[in-house]
Amino acid sequence: MKNLKRVDIIFGAYTQEKYKVLGETLKKSSDQIISEVTDSGLKGRGGAGFPTGLKWKYTANEADPIKYVVCNADEGEPGTFKDREILTRVPRKVFSGMAICAKAIGAKKGYLYLRGEYVYMLPDLMAELELFHKCVKENNLDFEIKISMGSGAYICGEESALFESIEGKRGEPRNKPPYPTVSGLFGKPTVINNVETFVNTLMIMRLGADEFKTLGTSDSRGSKLFSVSGDTPVAGIFELELGMSLEDFVEDFGDGDTKAVQVGGASGFCVPRKKFKDTIIGFEGVPTGGSMMLFNSSRSMYNVLKNYVEFFEEESCGQCTPCRVGCQQLKLGIEAVKKGEKSATYLDTLQKLADTMKVSAKCGLGQSVANSFSSIVDNFKEEMIY
Amino acid sequence: MPEIKELVKQLADKHGRNRESLLPILQGIITEEQSISDVAMSEVAEELNMSAALVYGTATFYSFLDTEPRGTYVIRICKTITCDMKGKKQMIQTIEDLLKIKVGETTKDNKFTLLETNCLGWCHKGPAMLINSTPYDSLDVNKITEIIMEYIRK
Repeated sequence: MKNLKRVDIIFGAYTQEKYKVLGETLKKSSDQIISEVTDSGLKGRGGAGFPTGLKWKYTANEADPIKYVVCNADEGEPGTFKDREILTRVPRKVFSGMAICAKAIGAKKGYLYLRGEYVYMLPDLMAELELFHKCVKENNLDFEIKISMGSGAYICGEESALFESIEGKRGEPRNKPPYPTVSGLFGKPTVINNVETFVNTLMIMRLGADEFKTLGTSDSRGSKLFSVSGDTPVAGIFELELGMSLEDFVEDFGDGDTKAVQVGGASGFCVPRKKFKDTIIGFEGVPTGGSMMLFNSSRSMYNVLKNYVEFFEEESCGQCTPCRVGCQQLKLGIEAVKKGEKSATYLDTLQKLADTMKVSAKCGLGQSVANSFSSIVDNFKEEMIY
Repeated sequence: MPEIKELVKQLADKHGRNRESLLPILQGIITEEQSISDVAMSEVAEELNMSAALVYGTATFYSFLDTEPRGTYVIRICKTITCDMKGKKQMIQTIEDLLKIKVGETTKDNKFTLLETNCLGWCHKGPAMLINSTPYDSLDVNKITEIIMEYIRK
């Protein structure tokens, strides 16, 4: 790679002695852990980017004696596969991050919610979990992790839907507020973080907040795993510094003919070639849970958009009307324009519908359909019509 | 069906009999039977002392908790855009030719069901598929033919 520096923190530097960093961290007080995580500026790695330290602090401040730590391993965003890789290669770091959180907030039980597509990993994860439970016991921490399996529902990656699913119900998102820090799993104060976020908290404990902050920008601290796929000669997982320009990224990962990059999966944004230079990948620009899909000029952006809206139509839980009906109409609408049954101006009507979903849908799924819809329709209007 | 009754009882002994146990029990039925029949749902409802409607409502929400009859081997081909770009259609065509079924159908001998699914998390190694719970990536016509032939011989 010419432009970007590869970082090797998440997968690298496994200490010889198992669970060494965890053991040392558990000697710290809850306040010490929370202030270190807060100082690091770490923001959630699932895509939404909520400050992790704040989330932990809010939950720690709740008086309820029962609290939960939940790891969101329901990685379903199209184009994302980093959590699978983390759980395959360094599950120990994920469990350690969860234990650090448990210590910080005072939780005795944790859940790792693993998507059904990854059930094949279960034997290895259970074996590691056994070692982990032995270690926390040795360190006098009363904390146990249970693995809960999903069953092929993208919506369960939404935090409140995930709680419903662990509780044995349909994975339908709840109204917010209350937020999970107040009323999460089983109605108790809960920290729910992405797999990579938990690994990052362990890294912060090992390196210290100051060292962690040397990577990234003031709005986007640290490094991040990127899942690179599509028209690229080097598809795979790459740990890179946050705050890079998309132009640098495309120079390193593109095939020389990149027409657009979909940043953040189907619920993310499509950036066309002319905007590569001015697009920053990070919370100050276009945020991403890690999904980076590259498309070269041989690809029809109509097909890309159609694939996304079909995905949303299928994965909408059906609970709220804007999302349930909206996704169907967006799909039917672009098909009608493409066939010439509707005029090109109908795309404006569809854009309004997407904008309405953004403000009226109940959860992140329905609210984010407009991201990919508008960014693809805006930038590739001709391809939608002809 | 006494076997289903026995299976549900075993699963409930393992996972418990409260609401939280419902998904693991339904997932356990899928592992053994590949689909959850009406009879199985009634058995679960009885065993967990909840309404059959509640079991049905939960099961039908999740795409991997099939309530339609399925073959012994359920093939799910990833249809997300990156796998699509890498030759998903050709993979489906190959399987359709080999098994003489279309997407959504089950072979006459109840051995195979062919389905499409959303992102499996193997985008860098597409096209990808699941057969029951086993993932297969970096597929091409030769590789997928070999894999399916192996299952046919099982």
